[in-house]
Amino acid sequence: MIPERIKAFLLPISILALLEIWARAVDLKSDSLAPPSAIAAALVKAFQDGSMLTATRDTLISAFTGLSIGGAVGLAFGIALGIFHIFDRLMEVTIESIRPIPSIALLPIALIALGFGYRMEITIVAFACVWPILILTRAAVGGIEPRLIEVSRALRLSPADRVRKIIIPAALPRIFLAFRLAAGIALIVAVTVEIAINPIGLGAAIMTAQQALRPDLMLAYLFWIGLIGYLLNTALMLAQRHLFGRAALVGDSA
Amino acid sequence: MIAAVNQGANSLRPGRAQIVFSGVTLNLGGKAILEGISLDVKPGEFLCIIGASGCGKTTALRLAAGLYQPTSGTVAFDGQAMLAPRRDIAIVFQDYGKALLPWRTAAGNVSLALEASGMAASQRATRIDELLKKVGLPNHAGKYPAEMSGGMQQRLQIARCLAQEPKALLMDEPFGALDAMTRQGLQDEVLSLVHASDATVVFVTHDLEEAIYLGDRVIGLLPHPGRIGIELQIDLPRPRDQLTTRENPEFLRLRRELFDFIKASEA
Repeated sequence: MIPERIKAFLLPISILALLEIWARAVDLKSDSLAPPSAIAAALVKAFQDGSMLTATRDTLISAFTGLSIGGAVGLAFGIALGIFHIFDRLMEVTIESIRPIPSIALLPIALIALGFGYRMEITIVAFACVWPILILTRAAVGGIEPRLIEVSRALRLSPADRVRKIIIPAALPRIFLAFRLAAGIALIVAVTVEIAINPIGLGAAIMTAQQALRPDLMLAYLFWIGLIGYLLNTALMLAQRHLFGRAALVGDSA
Repeated sequence: MIAAVNQGANSLRPGRAQIVFSGVTLNLGGKAILEGISLDVKPGEFLCIIGASGCGKTTALRLAAGLYQPTSGTVAFDGQAMLAPRRDIAIVFQDYGKALLPWRTAAGNVSLALEASGMAASQRATRIDELLKKVGLPNHAGKYPAEMSGGMQQRLQIARCLAQEPKALLMDEPFGALDAMTRQGLQDEVLSLVHASDATVVFVTHDLEEAIYLGDRVIGLLPHPGRIGIELQIDLPRPRDQLTTRENPEFLRLRRELFDFIKASEA
């Protein structure tokens, strides 16, 4: 178990070591690259002066608020569309024509309507997160074992109980998977909005570092964003395994 | 207690039917699945329905459960039209693996029926223990369906159905997927459970011997469209026994008759 884990870190560590050796050998002076040691130093310094924490906070607030809002909307519509086929048919064209719009393309409109800051960024993140959750929740609800629906009918469960005791638990493993995908998208879209225009968060910090001709700081932010994404996904995967280990297993074998 | 009261009521009105099909026809997708089915099932009767595959046995059961509505004709229960499922009619599905909630334990699955009937949480635990004991799963309350054998899962589904305190139990090839030994054991358990509860049973099976062994009456359906082709009264003595009942000359005669019927219906 432990040797396997070490193996997984072997490659990135050797690449970093090689880069460091190469940078020192050629006495690297570049606007886009920096030796790993300089990147690490810039990272530590950014943490010490608080700028890294402020930027991280701004990005995560936008990403998670957008994820919550978009997730809630996607979940509600996904369940409704999965249950009521008429509603699904009614919304199909509308959804399929709005969904392909890249969330970033909303930026000019959102900027005019909401200005710079959290609100605009959260709106765009929420828009991006609605779709994966809506589509996957709809599929999860539509794909529930029909026998379970018959059981709920035979027992005359109330509509609320049917959703609460049958539909949501049966669809939950797949809904959680959708949430995990959406969390990744939320982070990507938040940073993209910041790089493109919004002067807050990690994306804006990368742009500032670039304009100050500080490749070490720029790459430090890049590394940190990658690490946040990795940790987020790992945490959600662990949660998924703990929460739905059994249910997911049964769902797969069925 | 309730069973005793029901029995009293039944003996007062011996002729009154509980489940009544009158001229029931069902078309699905422009195709006639069942045509002109008329059928009375008396309270406490054990009726078995047999027929070649695709003859509409399961569909008939779903009509009785109120899961389907007839295209024409009526299905009535205790004198009321079946426009929707009723909580006092329980249905045991063949595919127990799909009918159980995989995220709930055995106790949780039984609890679902009690929750549906609005039983207070404080009273459920005792009732769940009773029901699991009744179907022979007293030590498996905390297990998930995936941790149980097929026979145990089907017992669990039966326990959930008994939790509804059903007046009628509709069983759709409940033992079709089980091995022969498990099946015979469950046949006897169902007979004794039904005897104790006095519920009416409609039992769909493709196993002719199972139908004769269990039933008071056997109905055979002809396919395309499904209609009643044969009706046999089974007067074999009760309690039935896996060896002596199956060796009874009357059992063998009935088996021959049903076998010939199925053969002719497939020709």
